[in-house]
Amino acid sequence: MEILVVLEHNNQTIHRMSWEAVAAGQSLGKDLNLSTTILIMGSDVSTLAKEAATKDITEVLVAEHPLLETYTADGYARTLTQVIESEQPAYVIMGHTYMVRDFLPKVCAILKQPLFGDNISYRIENSTPIFIKQIFQGKLMAEVSPQGNQPYLVTFQSAAFQSESVHRGAGATIRNLSITLSDEIIKTRSEDPFQETTIDVDLSSADIIISVGRGIGKKENINLVKELAEVMGAQIACSRPVVDAGWLPPYHQVGSSGQTVSPKLYFALGISGAIQHLVGMKGANNVIVINKDPNAPFFEIADYGTVGNILEIVPKLTEAIKGG
Amino acid sequence: MKICVLVKQVPSSDALIKLNSDSTWIKEDTVVFAINESDSFALEEALQIKEQTGEGEVVVVSLGPDRAQRAIREALAKGADRGIRIKESFPYSSDPFEIASLFAAAIKDDNFDLILSGLQSDDLGSGQTGVILGELLGMSTATLVIETELSGESIRVKRELESGWFQWVAMTLPASITIQSGINSPRYASLRGIMSAKKKEIRLIEKNDLSGSIPSLQSIEHVYLPQKTKRTEMITGSIDQVVDKLSEILKRNIKIL
Repeated sequence: MEILVVLEHNNQTIHRMSWEAVAAGQSLGKDLNLSTTILIMGSDVSTLAKEAATKDITEVLVAEHPLLETYTADGYARTLTQVIESEQPAYVIMGHTYMVRDFLPKVCAILKQPLFGDNISYRIENSTPIFIKQIFQGKLMAEVSPQGNQPYLVTFQSAAFQSESVHRGAGATIRNLSITLSDEIIKTRSEDPFQETTIDVDLSSADIIISVGRGIGKKENINLVKELAEVMGAQIACSRPVVDAGWLPPYHQVGSSGQTVSPKLYFALGISGAIQHLVGMKGANNVIVINKDPNAPFFEIADYGTVGNILEIVPKLTEAIKGG
Repeated sequence: MKICVLVKQVPSSDALIKLNSDSTWIKEDTVVFAINESDSFALEEALQIKEQTGEGEVVVVSLGPDRAQRAIREALAKGADRGIRIKESFPYSSDPFEIASLFAAAIKDDNFDLILSGLQSDDLGSGQTGVILGELLGMSTATLVIETELSGESIRVKRELESGWFQWVAMTLPASITIQSGINSPRYASLRGIMSAKKKEIRLIEKNDLSGSIPSLQSIEHVYLPQKTKRTEMITGSIDQVVDKLSEILKRNIKIL
């Protein structure tokens, strides 16, 4: 086997980023002239396997075991390890999701094979991919080269590939694999996932979002932003450090651990633009960024930007808009 | 309770990042370094667990060049009991498997009950080291933890999932757990802490003494500044001019006022 794409699911639906991983697998397969296979792990995933079989791939592999009904890092890592050992793929591709970050490094440790994580693209050099990722919170890019033998474990960042570009096929065959798991190897016991607070701010449908970051300095200064939001008819959002500092409640947070938004205007105040934040607002039509650091990565994706002190600019902007 | 905290020294969050002359890493001499943000939350969690159990030790372990000594000293000043530094010089290890294997070789005889680390470093951001290390040492692992509950030989942790979901996961010790920023409020070093840190032990281990049998599976060949994908119109001038232009853009260009 050549390229193995592993799908993530919650027993009902396939994770959006898994389809992006399939697109990545098909792209790499085309560039290297390799075939692509899909793997689904779980306890009863035949419906999901049928959905996967509609894509342009060689085969869908199904690894079912009762111990895989709920996700555990050990169960998933041991299962994927067995599949890699028996099927011997050259590349194992997944989305860079929280679940993958939780268990895939274990596979790297067990097999002693490299894990190229969180890539945004790749390029081919001498028939080998060089993986391209962001480092220093998006301030720099890095080209990462494999040094050991295959298989290579590879994850791609959200939106690095488009799920819409997945090619459909004539119907792939589905093959069941036999997996050996025992209770003893699963060292953790997972309880049911839950949501902490009901989200009473629906940022996902907001037209105008003013988002505030660490640069606001202290909690009292949030009021300056609230006044601007009021005159603009905007909802207030924020980056993670603002929630961590207790300046705004968690449901205002945009980013990988918060909400995903796509407003007409995303007005970012004092947010550097770490990738964990940007993945939550990539869909905005217009982006205005104010930051004191001219090298803030957020400027890279801004339509309009200004380097300056938000504490000086925001109150004057509020007054200007009020005055018409 | 013996707790290991992995600490990495990285450029501070507002550091101006520039490339070195051959574009293989950053220019370090103008950069201010600090303890990686999520690592400082991991350190605080370790100190609180030690205080809560009333016994044991917190050992700070770091891989880094001589400048990283300052990060370890800072952790000792906040209350860690001793430090271990694996000494390296440029070019630094960037492969998480190699780095975790170095840590495993350095601490395997310490028999830690708990390893805490930040969920990812603010420089390379791989987010793999804590998990690989735990697996190499046969420990339970959990990631993105925002609350811990220790009871005897087991620990229950609250994990952050995506889109505002959470999950509690219980496991027996020993365990390696990666900590999400915001789990606690990291303390400042007291004057007494700073004084007593000077007398605390920092064991130095040469990387080359450990790395004989450890392969590097990947390497950073080249770094570069991101290419702009969007044309940004930068607004300049006095504050009043900037404000005027912003209002104009909101009205005329984005048409939301």
